[in-house]
Amino acid sequence: MLGGPGAVGLSMMVDAQAIAKLSPRQWLAAEDPASRFQATCGSLYRAGRALLANKLALVGLLIVIALVLAALFAPLLAAGVSPLTQDLAGRLAPPGAAHWFGTDELGRDTFARTVYGARATLAIVALVGVIVAPVGLAVGTAAGYLGSAADRVLMRLTDIFLAFPRLVLALAFAAALGPGIENAVIAISLTAWPPYARLARAETIAIVRSDYIAATVLQGASTLRILTRHVAPLCISSVIVRLTLDMAGIILTAAGLGFLGLGAQPPTPEWGAMVSAGREVILDQWWVATIPGFAIFAVSLGFNLLGDGLRDILDPRSR
Amino acid sequence: MSVEAAPGLSAAGARDGTGSRSHGAATRLARASARAASLLGSLALTFLGLTAVTFFIGRMSSIDPVIAVVGDHATREIYDKARIAMGLDRSLVEQYLIYLGKVLRGELGSSVITSHPVLADLMHFFPATFELATVAILIGVAFGVPAGVMAAARQGRGFDHVVRVVGLFGYSMPIFWIGLVSLFLFYGKLGWVPGPGRIDAFYEDVLEPRTGVILIDAALAGEWDIFRNAFGHLILPASLLGYLSLAYIARMTRSFMIDQLRQEYVTTALIKGRSFVGAVWRHAFPNILVPLITVMGLSYASLLEGAVLTETVFAWPGLGLYITRSLFNADMNAVLGGTLVVGGVFIGINLTCDFLYRLADPRLREA
Repeated sequence: MLGGPGAVGLSMMVDAQAIAKLSPRQWLAAEDPASRFQATCGSLYRAGRALLANKLALVGLLIVIALVLAALFAPLLAAGVSPLTQDLAGRLAPPGAAHWFGTDELGRDTFARTVYGARATLAIVALVGVIVAPVGLAVGTAAGYLGSAADRVLMRLTDIFLAFPRLVLALAFAAALGPGIENAVIAISLTAWPPYARLARAETIAIVRSDYIAATVLQGASTLRILTRHVAPLCISSVIVRLTLDMAGIILTAAGLGFLGLGAQPPTPEWGAMVSAGREVILDQWWVATIPGFAIFAVSLGFNLLGDGLRDILDPRSR
Repeated sequence: MSVEAAPGLSAAGARDGTGSRSHGAATRLARASARAASLLGSLALTFLGLTAVTFFIGRMSSIDPVIAVVGDHATREIYDKARIAMGLDRSLVEQYLIYLGKVLRGELGSSVITSHPVLADLMHFFPATFELATVAILIGVAFGVPAGVMAAARQGRGFDHVVRVVGLFGYSMPIFWIGLVSLFLFYGKLGWVPGPGRIDAFYEDVLEPRTGVILIDAALAGEWDIFRNAFGHLILPASLLGYLSLAYIARMTRSFMIDQLRQEYVTTALIKGRSFVGAVWRHAFPNILVPLITVMGLSYASLLEGAVLTETVFAWPGLGLYITRSLFNADMNAVLGGTLVVGGVFIGINLTCDFLYRLADPRLREA
């Protein structure tokens, strides 16, 4: 067991054995992670466990997952029934064996249309999120880090956009550019980004004086590098919480636009438009308007529950 | 918002050392007016931004504004002349300034459908939305604030859970859907409320519109039949909007109160012999008034937006219905004018909140 290369080889063998003995769970929960990869995996694991322990947040997560699955695998879930085939002889049929949710005023299967409608909802939510979070982060971190004049100008800009009425502005956009998902997304994004800028700015201001930022400056890092690699990652958890909670409201706004006929255009199924179409027959055929509306409600509720759960984990101070 | 006092006056105050009373008052006045100027400046900037956006949207429209005036069959000469007369040959910045001038004078164009000036139309339809939103916010505040406070006081127990669930449902609910469903239930099936519209056709145009708010006008004229009828029409949409508002206000109040009740001064008050109720309402509650005013302002603003959808469902002849109808008739002047007015009301709400902050928190009264 002594002497030169033999000893080194043996100690390496012993270490390898020790590592191999760690189960995946032990590796994730290790108190002293050996690499950044292990540390990231570990914190994700802990966050995931905390989330799953919260029953309501779990319900929210399941609903959101159901939305994504419905959007991705719509043909499978609708059992091959097309949301577009009309059957005027069988229009306004009540829920039954042939049509689980009944048929609408043109004889299209409501269940299939509800499932395919998830695509329009998911598209709007994803697009708005992808636009709004980076823009808000960029503006907020720049304002917080650069300070003085840049900060004042950017915050003034943020305040101006905060004062815009969201739905009415979307209506004006639609009036000018015509209805459609893209215009709805632009209109919603224009008014949805300011809160993220404020959030990112508040977080940035809190950390901009810390020593490690000063250290990176001394090492010669450019402002861009500091902002993107050191400041922004710290703001991400608040942004994610806020984004999830905002998604609930954005779904409602998008559905409202669809209700007014400004979202996805017919014949593409969209929940808000389906509620509007069912409005005329609500007294006798309640299912045409009620079921898509319930889908909107359920998805919004899911995002709210998930967002509340995420906030409890990631930001417990602000209950 | 930093306050830059007028240099001359502050220098005078500094020269005087502690300053006599008159110099103190002068500096206070200077600071207050500087603050007011700064506030008006930011409001003006916001309004400019709003007009820039509406101007830009108007320019993006695919409808050629010249053709809208001269018609399809105009000759090239007439088209060019009209174009110059409308100022469309000038630079974009000049056109924007002309537009801004018109807006400030109240000339928002004429509506294509009603052929009235847009501003007159908006003034005609605004009271209905105002009535709806105001009754809704009153319901929201009257029920939401106590519910939030009591939920925070009983955190973790039965009442808290009820408030949280009720609130959660409230801000996940699409207003147009719940409006439709409740109209179906309470009007279609149960017959508890009169139907859509602001007032039965029987009573329309009977009252002389003094404020435009039917409830107030009917009460002033002593027409209690009309008052009851209008109230019956108002109760359902206002309750639904009120529920939405209540959910948001209760949630935020609860969150603020939980933060306050955790602080040491509450424990101190309890130890010194205050009852729990007293500690909650007289010590903790006044501290949340400032963020609560912000929340109420935000809620009122979102109620105005929610009214757009509610008015469509309940055929309530307000601003929202006017804007959506103009939208479907491609009446750009009306849509943009309506957007400006709604944006202006948002700015007005911000201003009112700023004013209310100073009333609520004595520390904000001094610079």
